Amino acid sequence: MYKYDQYDQAMVDARVEEFRDQTRRRIAGDMNDDQFKPLRLKNGLYLQLHAYMLRVAIPYGTLNSQQMRKLADIARKYDRGYGHFTTRQNLQYNWIKLEEAPDILAELATVEMHAIQTSGESIRNISADQYAGAAADEICDPRPWAELLRQATTFHPEFSYLPRKFKIAVISAKTDRAALRWHDCALRIVRNEAGEEGFEVYAGGGMGRTPFIAYPIRDFLPAKQIFSYLQAILRVWNLHARRDNIHKQRMKILVHELGEEEFRRQVEEEFQNFLALGTDFPQAEYDRIAAYFTPPPFETGLSEEIDRSDPDFALWVDRQVAPHKAPGYAIANISLKPIGGIGGDITADQMDVVADLAERYSFDDLRATHVQNLVLPHVRKADLYTVWQVLREAGLADANLDLVTDVIACPGLDYCSLANARSIPVAQEIQRRFADMDRQLDIGELKIKISGCINACGHHHAGHIGILGVDRKGTENYQLLLGGSGAEDTSQAKITGPGFDEAGIVDAVERTVERYRDLREPGERFLDTYRRVGLDPFKEAIYG
Amino acid sequence: MRILTGNDLKTGAVIWWTGQDWSLHVEDASDVGDHGEAVLAREDGARRVNGGYIVDAEATPKGPRPAHIKDRIRALGPTVRPDLTLKPADPTAGDWVI
Ligand code: HEM
Ligand code: SF4
Repeated sequence: MYKYDQYDQAMVDARVEEFRDQTRRRIAGDMNDDQFKPLRLKNGLYLQLHAYMLRVAIPYGTLNSQQMRKLADIARKYDRGYGHFTTRQNLQYNWIKLEEAPDILAELATVEMHAIQTSGESIRNISADQYAGAAADEICDPRPWAELLRQATTFHPEFSYLPRKFKIAVISAKTDRAALRWHDCALRIVRNEAGEEGFEVYAGGGMGRTPFIAYPIRDFLPAKQIFSYLQAILRVWNLHARRDNIHKQRMKILVHELGEEEFRRQVEEEFQNFLALGTDFPQAEYDRIAAYFTPPPFETGLSEEIDRSDPDFALWVDRQVAPHKAPGYAIANISLKPIGGIGGDITADQMDVVADLAERYSFDDLRATHVQNLVLPHVRKADLYTVWQVLREAGLADANLDLVTDVIACPGLDYCSLANARSIPVAQEIQRRFADMDRQLDIGELKIKISGCINACGHHHAGHIGILGVDRKGTENYQLLLGGSGAEDTSQAKITGPGFDEAGIVDAVERTVERYRDLREPGERFLDTYRRVGLDPFKEAIYG
Repeated sequence: MRILTGNDLKTGAVIWWTGQDWSLHVEDASDVGDHGEAVLAREDGARRVNGGYIVDAEATPKGPRPAHIKDRIRALGPTVRPDLTLKPADPTAGDWVI
């Protein structure tokens, strides 16, 4: 993985000291909240319902055991013994004290981590396929490109005061595990007929109150021109964005209002200007960064056998293990979705367990996923049983990846000051309702995603079943949406009709699932059946 | 009744105006009538509160109960972590929120 050089470290250290001084001045009264708020947000520090919240960036979702142990230490020392993995592969702490925030950032800096650009009108943490460098189906590791773009855009003056936030994702497989086209700028690495590497580029995606799926704007962009192209996209947006209206500032609105064609035309025009400036990454720089992502020294001649004699283990293997590109290895997914737990939450002790596993069994490599789970990317098949036993001991061996209980939920009204309704209790109730493993397996792949308000942090627009919390005269109310997807078959979910209270929404989900079981044809997932029969049969089941 | 709330500047903790000072417990909150804005301006200026605002509440035998669920959750803590709420030993605390 990437290692900071002296410049990275100097910048991050300087930033910590700058924030220490800003915090001191705020506490001493030299700054009021209006002056301080933008500064703390630039360092990932929000004020939430119960305390300050700190969002720590995990670049493209990759971390090592030392970093994970540091996250655990911080959870113990400065928080209440746990953290929350988010849908953007970041980690949030919920109980931070302002006076301690600079010390936390200083501790993070010792393991090459920070909270820069995890908030505000900036280019946010770049996300990537959590199987990067391991997936059997990828063309190449997408992370060198993510890292190059991270370096080129961090602290870049033109991108420091963007009209609004800007989210980038990079993948290199056909299977989309990163909700690619729900990003402002989505990059998929492909090869052309001549075998050259390039990007398929999509622009203008996003969730929030006005969801859009990113449009394809380039089928093939030669890989080494990516920075020119990205700058061109940002330049066009920066020029025209509706800075006067907070609901219209995201790039998706501009792409929509200009129209796909005109947006593309302007980007191509700016692109020519940038190409002439020669700001793209030189090959030597690409090579330097790519060297950090050299595959680990995989052993050869390993056995492909997995001893499945323990049925609980066999079940876990079937659900949680994915094919690896190296013979004898596998990708192991760790569920953070125990039945009735809080999705994405992990205790400090569990973090330490996972860090140990990564160190011993996965070349010191760990990933966070946008579905709020974790991944050990490079495990020898022969070690899977041991890994599973350790996970089980730590309460981390649920076998529910992509099943009905693998629910994404934002913090909602239990933590978030923007929320209309609680998300977590709804997720827990759904999990309890569908806890029976045979029933879960019979239902098959079904992705439920819950947001506590229109901002869509819980990806409800992309849920096979989405749930949106709304405020109905001061009480919590939930709308049901069907038919979304954040995978390669991206689609936007549609609202079924009037909303429900907390008990009602869980019943509605169950009626939806039962109707699917009645209607499905062999081999059909929920989403396939929905797409074949449409909304009406489900509406009838839900509203009678 | 109308009560005042906000967050402690240094710790971020949810606090309620008692009439003289700030308390962690909503039970201690006092009715500010029409003086809310003035108290907030003074307390904010003195950095004793951050992001303060006025809340409608109902007077009950157990003390003020904020009208909006968001403020009741702020008063208690996350409903999904009873162990971390201000009343961890009280199994009925959650009922007060809903
Ligand atoms: C608790 C503090 C949080 C605050 C104040 C917050 C705020 C927001 C806001 C205002 C938006 C809408 C932005 C827009 O449309 O321009 C948004 C979108 C989003 N947030 Fe959060 N959020 C929070 C936590 C989270 C968490 C915990 C997650 C992950 C679980 C998350 C992931 C996202 C995602 C994926 C989007 C959609 C991005 C898009 O519109 O394309 N956020 N958030
Ligand atoms: S969707 Fe709304 S309630 Fe949920 S975390 Fe985002 S802003 Fe908060």
